[in-house]
Amino acid sequence: MSAVLTPQETLRYSRQLMLPEVGSAGQSRLKHSRVLLVGIGGLGSPLALYLAAAGVGQLGLVDCDAVELSNLQRQILHGTRDVGRSKLASARDRLADLNPQVRLETHETRLSAANALQLLAGYDVVVDGTDNFATRYLVNDACVLLGIPNVYGSIFQFEGQASVLATSDGPCYRCLFRSPPPPGLVPSCAEGGVLGVLPGLIGTIQATETLKLLLGTGESLVGRLLLVNALSMEFRTVKVRKDPACPACGTHEITTLRAEEFVCAAPAPASRIPEITPRQLADRLARREDLLLVDVRETHEWELCHLDGATLIPLGELPERAATLPRDRELVIYCKGGMRAAQAVAYLQGEGFTRIRNLSGGINRWSEEVDPTIPRY
Amino acid sequence: MPVTLQLPNVLSRLADGKRTLSAEGDTLSAVLRDICGRFPELGRRLRDAHGELYPFVSIYLNDEDIRFRGGFDAAVKDGDVVTVVPAVAGG
Repeated sequence: MSAVLTPQETLRYSRQLMLPEVGSAGQSRLKHSRVLLVGIGGLGSPLALYLAAAGVGQLGLVDCDAVELSNLQRQILHGTRDVGRSKLASARDRLADLNPQVRLETHETRLSAANALQLLAGYDVVVDGTDNFATRYLVNDACVLLGIPNVYGSIFQFEGQASVLATSDGPCYRCLFRSPPPPGLVPSCAEGGVLGVLPGLIGTIQATETLKLLLGTGESLVGRLLLVNALSMEFRTVKVRKDPACPACGTHEITTLRAEEFVCAAPAPASRIPEITPRQLADRLARREDLLLVDVRETHEWELCHLDGATLIPLGELPERAATLPRDRELVIYCKGGMRAAQAVAYLQGEGFTRIRNLSGGINRWSEEVDPTIPRY
Repeated sequence: MPVTLQLPNVLSRLADGKRTLSAEGDTLSAVLRDICGRFPELGRRLRDAHGELYPFVSIYLNDEDIRFRGGFDAAVKDGDVVTVVPAVAGG
C-alpha cells in the first residue's frame, strides 16, 4: 500500500491527518478501502456523507427507491430538487460534489438472496442502513458467509441501536435476534414514525465504527450493542455474546442465502382480508350506501387528516371498543397505508364481524386517487 | 430497593406510558410475573404463549443477555436493572 498522498489530499484531510491514530498511513488505508452501504435513506445519508468526506476510496451504494418529499425530514443526502429522482442518482451528485476523489459504485437493485453474495463480495466493510427485517437478515447472513464485518444500525421513533457484527470472532445479528418478528407485530418507520435527527445520530455512529474498523484503531462495538434513547438522551451498551447455537456464525447451518419469509409490517395475506379501493368507496359513498368508516390510526394522525364521517378507534383500543361497533352495517376500516387496517380487519373477523373491508392503500391512496385536498404524510 | 424494568418507547404504551417500572421478585421470572399481573398485554410481548423468550426480543439483566444467565430463572437482587430490547428495523 502506498502511503503517499497528493498535496491536495493532504490539505483536504489535514484535520484528521493531524490525529496520530490516522496520519498519512491511516489516510492511505482509507483511500484504499471499499465500503458498501446497503440503503441510502435515513441511516445511509449521514453514512455516505461522512465516509465520502473522510476519504474512503470506494463507496458502493445499494438502493432502488426514488426520493420522496416525506424522506427529506431525515434523509439529508437528498434535496427538494431531487424529489422524484432515484436516490442513487441524487447521492452520486451530492457525493461527487463533496469529494470527487471517492469512486462511487452504484447498484440500483433490491438486495436479494440471489444477488447479495455477489454484491457484497470484495468489500472491506458492509454497513447495514436498510429499513426492513428481510434485508437485515440477508445482509447479516451474507456478511457471515463472506467474512465481512457488518456495521449495524437500526432506528424506530426515538430509539436506535448500533453494533459491529459478523467479525471473525464476534457475534452476528442472529446472535442478537435469532429470527425476525412475525409480520405486522413491529411497525415500520413509515407506520410508526421516526424523529428526523435519530438516523443522524445512529448513522454517524455507524460511520465512526466503519472508520475505526478501516483504520484499525480504538475499541469497536464488537460484542456490544449500543442503545440510544433520544427522548431521555441516554446512551448505554449491553453485551452481545457470540452464540455457539447461532445458525449463521455458530453452527454454520446457514450455508446459502434464503429470503426470510417476512416483509416489514406486511399485512396478512390479501386473500383473507377483503378490500375496497378508494374509487369503489367513493362511488358507494356517492350512492349514499350505508357504510361505517373506522379510522384505526392514532389520535395525532387523525388530527392531520381524516375522512368525513369516520369514527376514530386507534388500533390499540380496538379490543376494548370492538363491542361498540354495529354488526348490522358494513364496516370500512382504514389507516395510513393499509397495514394497520388489515390487522384490524383480521381481528374483527376473529370477533365475528363479516361485513368488513380494508380501504386499500389507506388514506394516502384516497388522497392520491379521490381527494387531493386530504394531505398525505 | 426493588428491581427496575426499562422498556422501549414502543412497549411503554402497554404500561400506562411508563418507560421505567419497579418490580419485586428474586428471579427474573418472578419479576416478570409481577409486571404481567399489572400489565397483561405487556406480558404477552415479553414472553410467548409457552412462557419462553421470543427470538426477536432480547432481555438484559444489567448488561448481560439473560440467555447466558439462565434465562428467566436468573436470580435478581435489589437494584438490578432489567432492560427489554426488541428488534427494530427502521433505517
